[in-house]
Amino acid sequence: MSIPETLKTEWKCRIQQSDHPRELVVDVLLAIQGQIGYVDDQALREAADWLQVDPLEIEEIATFYTFIYREPVGRYVIHLCDSVICWLGGYDALRNHLCRKLGIALGGTTADGLFTLLPVCCIGYCDRSPAMLINGKVYGPLTEETLDRILSELRVAASDKEL
Amino acid sequence: MVPQVLFQNRKPDRITTLAEYQAGGGYSALSQVLTRQDPKGLQTLIDEALLLGRGGAAFPMGRKLATVADDAPHPRYLVCNADEMEPGTFKDRVLIHADPHQLIEGMLLAAYAIGADKGLIFIRPEYEGAARILEREIGLAREAGFLGANILGSGVAFDMVVHRSGGRYICGEATAQLNALEGKRPNPRKPPPYPTEKGLWGMPTVTQNVETLCCLPHIVNNGADWFKSLALTSGAAGTKIYQISGKVNRPGCYELPMGIKLSRIIEEYAGGMPAGSTFKACLPGGASTRFMTKDHYDIEMDIDTLRNAGHRLGTAAIMVFDDKTCLVAATVNLITFFARESCGWCTPCREGLPYILDILQRIENGQGQERHIGMLESMARHLWKAYCAFAPGAASPLESLLTYFGDEVRAHITEKKCPFGGREAT
Ligand SMILES: Cc1cc2nc3c(=O)[nH]c(=O)nc-3n(C[C@H](O)[C@H](O)[C@H](O)COP(=O)(O)O)c2cc1C
Ligand code: SF4
Ligand code: FES
Repeated sequence: MSIPETLKTEWKCRIQQSDHPRELVVDVLLAIQGQIGYVDDQALREAADWLQVDPLEIEEIATFYTFIYREPVGRYVIHLCDSVICWLGGYDALRNHLCRKLGIALGGTTADGLFTLLPVCCIGYCDRSPAMLINGKVYGPLTEETLDRILSELRVAASDKEL
Repeated sequence: MVPQVLFQNRKPDRITTLAEYQAGGGYSALSQVLTRQDPKGLQTLIDEALLLGRGGAAFPMGRKLATVADDAPHPRYLVCNADEMEPGTFKDRVLIHADPHQLIEGMLLAAYAIGADKGLIFIRPEYEGAARILEREIGLAREAGFLGANILGSGVAFDMVVHRSGGRYICGEATAQLNALEGKRPNPRKPPPYPTEKGLWGMPTVTQNVETLCCLPHIVNNGADWFKSLALTSGAAGTKIYQISGKVNRPGCYELPMGIKLSRIIEEYAGGMPAGSTFKACLPGGASTRFMTKDHYDIEMDIDTLRNAGHRLGTAAIMVFDDKTCLVAATVNLITFFARESCGWCTPCREGLPYILDILQRIENGQGQERHIGMLESMARHLWKAYCAFAPGAASPLESLLTYFGDEVRAHITEKKCPFGGREAT
């Protein structure tokens, strides 16, 4: 997928207006990712070009952050919290359940391209542990049953969009 | 009911609007200082109120502000640290969702005290909802004349923006955050120069936690003595947003007087422990604090009392473990977190943590040897040689595990298995 011209114009304009264009690097990467799903090599070079920063430096930043994806991900990225309170609340069993249901290991993406499963550090919702984040939305406290329901709701939502 | 200060406008399901905030006296502290107080006077007030930073390090805010020289160059920056990635911590999210203008006014007051020109709220990606609330409410505050080139006609100028992080624990460390804000790889910077002299873009910068800033309007409105009187213990000041999670019936955020006993937080506010569970240990202030034991069950939860007992209040994120939980396994989990989140900049931390994790996992899996304990002890000491405070933080749960729960660690070694039946918790 290529980066839409409109996005490019919009960001080039914002970059021009900034006193310190570099401060926008994470915003730029997240915006590109929002359009094309992840930051591929082309996007990386593109961001480097807009910001006039060496592509290697952009790579250094892109690979540093948890929520910037340098590899293709599914439409829904499940960030399952594996920090201590969620672990205490049954993370291991929930992870096993998700892996079984989705037929993937941690870090994997389902063959239909719908789900990617990633562990994540404490997401700041320990009062709702065990918790996870999917495309910015928080779910918790989770049980195996609620996980099943959430997965099927997302499957329905995805097929609705397809129609 | 104990006094609710920071949570006085908190509602179960929505934010406090600008109109509601103003109706409750909001932004009166701002107009008061703009008309009646000079920046130095405000700094003195904050100092007298004994306001200590709520982000984990408990540094006196008044003292920090005083290190910005009177003739320091402009632009000066105020950074609000809303990164909140310390495991167990979620007060800043709740504060922003409850009363965003309290934070905006707090930032305005801090900015006035140091003559800051621009404010930046650094926020983690998991809090996108809070980021959007802030952006919207900052816009409303600007329209109302509280932000901009001529605040309330006073001639004072200040404005603020929200800066979104890509998500990494080290970005919460104030100097790493400066690199993150500049679009660089976020490793920490080693002072000197201190950020109040040369911080963001080389200019004077003060960084404060969300909760610290939220205290300011109330201190201005009610005075330093009132703020100190909120605490239960002498020498302490203010209320504290305690977050409690783990093996309790009602996990959540509770605003309570600084210095309240741990036992009261657990029993009266968090609804006690689940049936069949008894208290074994807690981390009092996030993953980078030391385990406290039954012996500490009645301790007064303020900064000095914990410090004098060899502990740290940290972010006051109390994580409760019961007698059925294996603390070796819990520490494996905590060190996994630190090993993953290490920024990789310095060797003791980057290399030391995976090494510690490997040994701990062996012990947990029943392959530990007596000599491993000494290795862990010396590795924990090495972590103090690291470049920033991340690694000493990581050492805290490990070192306190060995100190207080050495028998439990040894039982894994002698029985050649986890006495709790493996690492899976429920
Ligand atoms: C590894 C590490 C992570 C930190 N994370 C945070 C954080 O998420 N939020 C925060 O306010 N302070 C955090 N701090 C503390 C900051 O460095 C700094 O002391 C604080 O933001 C200053 O504000 P305060 O004095 O109002 O607490 C962290 C420190 C370290 C060493
Ligand atoms: S102690 Fe860890 S987090 Fe801090 S600079 Fe060294 S590697 Fe980075
Ligand atoms: S430990 Fe999972 S949300 Fe905090």
